[in-house]
Amino acid sequence: MISRIEQDHSRFREIIRGKIRQNLRKYISRGDMVAPKGQGTVAIPMPQINIPRFVHGDNSGQGVGQGDGEPCDPVGGSGKDGPGGAGKAGEQEGGKSLEVEVTLEELAQIMGEELGLPNIQPKGTHSLETRKDRYVGLRNTGPESLRNFKATYKRALRRQVAMGSYDPARPVIVPIREDRRYRSWRTDPRPQTNAVIIYMMDVSGSMGDEQKEIVRIESFWIDTWLRSQYKGLESRYIIHDATARVVERDVFFRTRESGGTMISSAYKLCAELIDAEFSPEQWNIYAFHFSDGDNWSVDDTATCIQLVKQQLLPKCNQFGYGQVESPYGSGQFIKDLRSAFAKNIALVTSEIKSKDDIMDSIREFLKGGR
Amino acid sequence: MSRSLYSPSGTLPPALRDLQTEIKSYADEFGLDTFPVVFETIDYRHMCEIAAYGGFPVRYPHWRFGMEYDHMLKSHTYGLSKIYELVINTNPCYAYLLEGNSFVDQKLVMAHVYGHCDFFKNNHFFSHTDRRMIDGMANNASRVRRYMDRQGVANVETFVDTCLSVDNLIDPWLPFRRKETRRAPEPAPPAEGGVEQVGPEPGRLHNTRSYLEGYINPPELLAAQKAKKKQADEAQKRKNPPHPERDVLGFLMQYAPLEAWEADVLGIIREEAYYFLPQMQTKIMNEGWATYWHSRIMTTRALRDDELIDYADAASGVTAMGPGQLNPYKLGVELYRHIEDRWNTGRFGKEYDECTSLQQRAAWDKKLGLGREKLYEVRRMHNDVTFLDEFFTEDFCREQKFFTFKENRRTGRLEIEGREFSKIKQQILQQLSNFGQPFIYVVDANYLNRSELLLGHRHEGVDLKLDYARDTLRNVERIWRRPVSILTILDDKPKRIRFDGAEISMSDEPAAFRV
Repeated sequence: MISRIEQDHSRFREIIRGKIRQNLRKYISRGDMVAPKGQGTVAIPMPQINIPRFVHGDNSGQGVGQGDGEPCDPVGGSGKDGPGGAGKAGEQEGGKSLEVEVTLEELAQIMGEELGLPNIQPKGTHSLETRKDRYVGLRNTGPESLRNFKATYKRALRRQVAMGSYDPARPVIVPIREDRRYRSWRTDPRPQTNAVIIYMMDVSGSMGDEQKEIVRIESFWIDTWLRSQYKGLESRYIIHDATARVVERDVFFRTRESGGTMISSAYKLCAELIDAEFSPEQWNIYAFHFSDGDNWSVDDTATCIQLVKQQLLPKCNQFGYGQVESPYGSGQFIKDLRSAFAKNIALVTSEIKSKDDIMDSIREFLKGGR
Repeated sequence: MSRSLYSPSGTLPPALRDLQTEIKSYADEFGLDTFPVVFETIDYRHMCEIAAYGGFPVRYPHWRFGMEYDHMLKSHTYGLSKIYELVINTNPCYAYLLEGNSFVDQKLVMAHVYGHCDFFKNNHFFSHTDRRMIDGMANNASRVRRYMDRQGVANVETFVDTCLSVDNLIDPWLPFRRKETRRAPEPAPPAEGGVEQVGPEPGRLHNTRSYLEGYINPPELLAAQKAKKKQADEAQKRKNPPHPERDVLGFLMQYAPLEAWEADVLGIIREEAYYFLPQMQTKIMNEGWATYWHSRIMTTRALRDDELIDYADAASGVTAMGPGQLNPYKLGVELYRHIEDRWNTGRFGKEYDECTSLQQRAAWDKKLGLGREKLYEVRRMHNDVTFLDEFFTEDFCREQKFFTFKENRRTGRLEIEGREFSKIKQQILQQLSNFGQPFIYVVDANYLNRSELLLGHRHEGVDLKLDYARDTLRNVERIWRRPVSILTILDDKPKRIRFDGAEISMSDEPAAFRV
């Protein structure tokens, strides 16, 4: 039976979900919730949903307290966090903001509903089967290394008490063969579709902190969505200026280099990475590249287009190119790509002028459902 | 619903049952007069559930209970707060103990509960509450559920949200007034040819010299005054309500064009608001009383030697003061102790008040021993405001090191302002009066002769929170179904805020609302 409070609670969660959806654009464009908290949940700050009443306004920070101190000594805490006076405690909810925890899966669902994103059909019929062992209970036989001491002890104690051989004054418990209990496991076969996202980012001198922030936020949301679609999502990160290299996630978001931009270096590396680790028969591959679109030369752009056409597009489910606007960039590259691949739906381009455009850009990238 | 793990029947485990008998005997010995108390042990989830429902096992479905539950459960899980006990004002008095609390904690809680129970039973402000409210709440819940089945969950929920918006607009003194009809009774029509005028003629000046009568009281002026008075009387008679009415909820229930189910839901919200009212009126007194008694019972009777440290730890937690905050437990219990001491030693009355020698005052002891008696009297007669007004003395204020604080505008820091007694007391009383809620009245139900509703805010120095006031007006309009205005003062200027169903407007007013 679902208890009454559970019903009220789930109604409350529904309202919260509605609020999140309403303000999704605001949340998406903010970086601070990108940091996942704990396992698979994010904390979303939310103003307490209050029922409006006629109440007194701010009491302009007055009150009565108790304790030692001279006039002009600070009263506890610092700043404006701790006001409150007699009679106030308990009756007013105060300015605290509610922090609701939402699982990433739920968040992806909300985003999917709000953006109208279609579910992705994994390509091909290749589904890998993986097995996973889980300890589920106890059994009477097994290797000594899996012996469960506590359960064994309990059995022995119970047996000795039942047999009358237990002496409280001298509580010695000797387990015999029948008392022993071992952990047992179950193997769950899990059909699995694998997916990998390869993020590439231009870290040349013209990409500033703000541009990187946009990339960071956008890649978080793409990640969240694709993770809700695939079990076991891998990600790889490539940064490039004139040369490219594979880096850790942290490095990806923090590095700032100077120097020129040769986009082809990243595409080359990406193609190599796919060949080496992710065979397109077994993997759903997504590649996203973010840059300010200021490529080194026309020749290099031609090389890029060749690479995309011959190497990347045949192997990837989708290739996304996001162009962030920077004060220095010419923004030519997106035009070149568009003219070269006007009809290819596997290649999606998107311009991100500011944080507010992130949501639309995500929609652009993911609406294909590929 | 979880039941106690200790005993299959769901009643109290034997050890705690014995404990209850013991504590009860101490309570009786001290003369506490309580309803029968039924203790139950429950786990923390269940505790949070009941706490979210305001102490009741069953309430009508509403998301805000879920929100409270969410909040409490999280605070508990993260170890920020812990609900030790819950007790509700019913007969018999139900109290919940948290399963897994240490034995000494349970002891303390039981003693505390007996304090509360005595207060519920004997304090005058609780005298009108329904002592079978568990049934009442459950009935209300099933009625709301039935409406939800018929009208749709969303409809009913939205209406409940709307009603909750005004559930603080009730009249604390209504339960103590004689039942009166809201409209003034029609005066009997004057008998034909009889003397119409009862009482002094309006506008007539006192005059002992008859020859000056025509000069001092010219007949045409008198006639004009009379006509004016009559007109005013007529207007007053037609006016609804005849006098500003604080029971806004009750007024809306009676006069707003509501459907039957809506009126019933509004009535339910109102009934429950009135039920919880005395608890808000006596927060400091009630908690102080319970704290006084758990401390008295534990330290003089129930405590065993090996429990002392645990008890001291728990008790100090209860009366801990956050910086810049008043803890009702602490304030209450100290004030009771102070009163007991004053009436034991005779530090009251004219003689003591007029004594100016500090030495004499400090050594004052008339050995009256009236303390206990006085305490029982205080707990019967007072509520928080009168309690503080009467017994928060300068001596007490100094002993307890009270101060006023203020925000330093430059640094945004709260700083101690001073220790001036009159200021401290004024501040405390202001915070307590009407439980810190603004005074709102229904002024006119036919405002501008357009059946608009006019509310009035009696300004006591603090402005209304504007964004909340606007949203609340919208909700009142939803109930009244005609434009709604409220008279108030914003930044020292009289204003009228109006919501006409489409937009909020604000206009200047010649004068502020007064009662």
